[in-house]
Amino acid sequence: MKNGHWEKNLFQLIRRTSVDLPSDVEAVIRRALKKERKGSHAWWVLNAILENVALSRKNDTPICQDTGSLTFYFGVPVGFDTNAIVAHTRAAVAKATRQGYLRQNTIDSVSGASYDTNIGSASPVFIFQQQARKKVDVRLIMKGGGSENMGSQYSLPDVGIHADRDLEGVRRCILDAVWNAQGNGCAPGILGVCIGGDRATGYKHSKEQFLRRLADKSRVKALARLEEKIMKDVFKLGIGPMGLGGKTTLLGIKIDSLSRVPASYFVTISYMCWAFRRRGVLLGPEGGVHRWLY
Amino acid sequence: MIKELEYPFTLAKIRDLNVGQRVTISGRLFTGRDRFHKYLFDGGKCPVDLKDGAIYHAGPVAIRREGVWVIRVAGPTTSMREEPYMSRIIEQHRVRVIIGKGGMGEMTRKACVKYGCVYLQAIGGAAGLLAESIKEVHGVHLLAEFGAAEALWDLTVKGFSAVVTIDASGKSLHRRIERSSKKALEKILK
Repeated sequence: MKNGHWEKNLFQLIRRTSVDLPSDVEAVIRRALKKERKGSHAWWVLNAILENVALSRKNDTPICQDTGSLTFYFGVPVGFDTNAIVAHTRAAVAKATRQGYLRQNTIDSVSGASYDTNIGSASPVFIFQQQARKKVDVRLIMKGGGSENMGSQYSLPDVGIHADRDLEGVRRCILDAVWNAQGNGCAPGILGVCIGGDRATGYKHSKEQFLRRLADKSRVKALARLEEKIMKDVFKLGIGPMGLGGKTTLLGIKIDSLSRVPASYFVTISYMCWAFRRRGVLLGPEGGVHRWLY
Repeated sequence: MIKELEYPFTLAKIRDLNVGQRVTISGRLFTGRDRFHKYLFDGGKCPVDLKDGAIYHAGPVAIRREGVWVIRVAGPTTSMREEPYMSRIIEQHRVRVIIGKGGMGEMTRKACVKYGCVYLQAIGGAAGLLAESIKEVHGVHLLAEFGAAEALWDLTVKGFSAVVTIDASGKSLHRRIERSSKKALEKILK
């Protein structure tokens, strides 16, 4: 695979993800603002968030200084050279770091040394899936460390929170996680939840829920109902934006399930901050842009 | 009413602040986060005088343009990670203002009362907006040791916006919300 447009357009994907909040997220924040009392801390925070979103778009600067961990989800045609696109993506990440679209955000876990380019053994993260179509589907999620630290995994039954192996138990886990997070994940957040799987696939799948649009409802009726119920529950908690009180504690929740073994029943919750940086692009066979996603 | 707070942050100014009050900060501000706090806690020498000063829990995106440092964006990071170190730093260095997000725990709250210090919450993620208030970068310390995100940045700010969430009398908005949301949660799950 020749370089062609690959590196250039992957760089553009990173830039857009870092500076431009997706419109569905911004719209939900705008709606939330209307529910908060004028002059309250919640109102002040949401206004500042919207102002910040507009400012970063205008100034071409990152929405948040924690440009986070970068996970690239690639949907590629049969026979596609994944090694080459990994190299192009790494070059694009290094360039975005040099230009200040990404913070120097990658650390050697033993020596403590900071990597100038953001290229490390787990940075960026690549997830490949083969697809029948000819185009290359690239999606990028940038997730800050503050929100990542608020992720949690429950093994049911959990006596401490009275959670059994049923959807009511799942609900208890989710509400417990939201309470524990308070404002620390940069509320109002978005939750990705996976019921089942093993410990590793549970976290992976919970994060994949962030690829869904905020308006998307689960196709499994019981889960769609649970998503709706949690949103109503959380409305009453009063944690609010940045944990300073108010109605808006979550902007959305996406729940899905994986099969499991009889002995394990995991509920895995990933927390995404309000600065929900998610973008995507469909690239043609030479790496040219076919269409921007989201 | 928004209260204007200017460096140096003397004890009298600090004692005058109450939980829930919105403030704007002007003057000198030092950033410091995980490694800096551990370093000071372990007895490392502080390259600046923190007395009557403010520590901002933040790791900015900084780039060098024609030899000059430019802070592109700089929002707050989670303060709770500094909880094991903060109280000793307040005691030994007489820092009077801590700025971050998410609040801090009992040790810090008690140190705020004992030594006269406040915790201010800035808006997490509002990194561009907060960077607008940075007027000058005086210097950077511990850059080679800790990297750009964890270094100590010596800044001058004007009109930096935040809210008092732990005051010098020991009142904490974080504690209040934690308790009220716990009660609400118990009611939901009944």
